[in-house]
Amino acid sequence: MSDTLPAATAKAVSFRGGGFAPRPMRWVGVFVFITLIALAEWGTQTGWISSLTLPKPSDVLATFVELYESGLLFKHLAPSLSRLAVGATMGALTGVAVGIMIGLFSHVRAGLVPLVAAIFPIPKIALLPLFVIWFGIGEGSKYALIAFGTFTPTVVATYGAVDNVDRSLIRMGQSFGLSWTSIVRKIVLPGAMPGILSGLRISLAIAIILLVAAEMLGAQYGIGAYILEAGSLYDLERLFAGVVILSLLGVLVSAVIGFLERYLLGWRT
Amino acid sequence: MQIRLERVGHAYDDFEVMRDITLDIPAGKIVCIVGPSGCGKSTLLRFIGGLERPKSGRVLQIGAPPTASLNPLTYIFQDFALLPWRSVAGNISLVLEDHGIRGAKAKAIIDDVLARTKLTDFAKALPKQLSGGMKQRVAIARALAVNPAVMLMDEPLSALDSQTRELLMDDLIGLWARTPFTAVYVTHNLAEAVRLGHSIVVLSRRPGQIREVMHLETPLEDRHFGDADLEAKQKYLWQLMRDEARAADGELLDV
Ligand SMILES: Nc1ncnc2c1ncn2[C@@H]1O[C@H](COP(=O)(O)OP(=O)(O)OP(=O)(O)O)[C@@H](O)[C@H]1O
Ligand SMILES: [Mg+2]
Repeated sequence: MSDTLPAATAKAVSFRGGGFAPRPMRWVGVFVFITLIALAEWGTQTGWISSLTLPKPSDVLATFVELYESGLLFKHLAPSLSRLAVGATMGALTGVAVGIMIGLFSHVRAGLVPLVAAIFPIPKIALLPLFVIWFGIGEGSKYALIAFGTFTPTVVATYGAVDNVDRSLIRMGQSFGLSWTSIVRKIVLPGAMPGILSGLRISLAIAIILLVAAEMLGAQYGIGAYILEAGSLYDLERLFAGVVILSLLGVLVSAVIGFLERYLLGWRT
Repeated sequence: MQIRLERVGHAYDDFEVMRDITLDIPAGKIVCIVGPSGCGKSTLLRFIGGLERPKSGRVLQIGAPPTASLNPLTYIFQDFALLPWRSVAGNISLVLEDHGIRGAKAKAIIDDVLARTKLTDFAKALPKQLSGGMKQRVAIARALAVNPAVMLMDEPLSALDSQTRELLMDDLIGLWARTPFTAVYVTHNLAEAVRLGHSIVVLSRRPGQIREVMHLETPLEDRHFGDADLEAKQKYLWQLMRDEARAADGELLDV
């Protein structure tokens, strides 16, 4: 049958099934960074980009090395990291806890969802003076600002994740007579973990943003203080050195969450 | 332990789902429930297992469950309901942990039920690594682990292909032959009903009522694929159900 067909009508079926399946390609990201930096270096060296527009990447690096050698880097980094760690941990932990409560209890949901929706769009930076009055000019107000900013996105992500837990698994737990705490601990929490972790990606990035805002007031040391000082002096090299540190911090946080996802969510198909 | 349904009826708001269902589920027998889609079979099973309360009538448990039974009324679900983040052994240990069974004692039970469902080599596998038939065997193993007095099965084989279904039916018959269990088995598939049921309850279309209860005398072990007598029974059931199914189908279109 088929061999009687004229050759002209026989044609390989065209492939259209590819894509939509991200694969890990680690070096492409590095390549993009290097290309952009090399481009900026070349542009500033040749004068194609004026030094007022963009500092030379090599100068930024020199500033960075200087910062490191003078020991100032850690003087700035240490308080920032501890603010970030304390604030983000407080915010994320209460956020996850409140999100789970909203997910589990109708009364809590009815009471808190509108409140969270009302708090979410407030730029937390605008509340900094308020936090200073409440918690003092020291570390307290900084922790509070970062915690508050991390809290709302975490709550929203968490209760969404709890809502998405497969109800048939919960039914299964009940049908085997599992206690309420067992169901929450062994079914709801692990089931919500993917959503909670992807929410944390966003919340922690927001925490880094707010770190700089928190150090606007009354911080002598800290990456934010360093950047703000450089900015007010239009010292672009130092400004960029600070910004690079923040970026690296962001990459680091994202890598940690990526690691957690691989470790905790290996069961996903 | 035996289950008795007394004049069970139910409605969601004023949407009547079932009416006046009176039924005995004798110990050590498998009762199959068949009926057109939407006639309330799953709802009835939820009543029996205490996951939902009927609006009228009662579900009675007659006689105490055996003391060794950790969870007298145990479900096997159509979609398996395995925790994807736990291994096969972990899924079984889940239902033991709440009874304080851990460590060596849990391991003994898990090993035993995995051996009975021929899953010993897969104890450490995650559900995503298993085929559909194996997942359902894990669910059966999990149910066996709690020593149920009554197994409640809601279309347990419907998500599987027909070969796997045949094999699992043989497995279920083998398990029953070793230690007869009481079961309520809901299905769409009349071939399953005549293979596994000691009696078959035919429900009418919604609101579900009992149309007929058929008793099959042939022992489970002697029922074979393609048996003429079973075929005849199946044909008869199909006659009963066809009009109901057709009418039910029409009603769904009207909604
Ligand atoms: N929680 C609920 N709220 C409202 N209506 C429901 C609910 N659960 C089931 N129903 C309705 O009750 C009827 C019976 O549902 P049930 O799932 O028991 O039918 P079934 O016989 O198991 O159907 P199928 O054969 O398709 O599984 C259906 O019409 C369904 O829409
Ligand atoms: Mg059903």
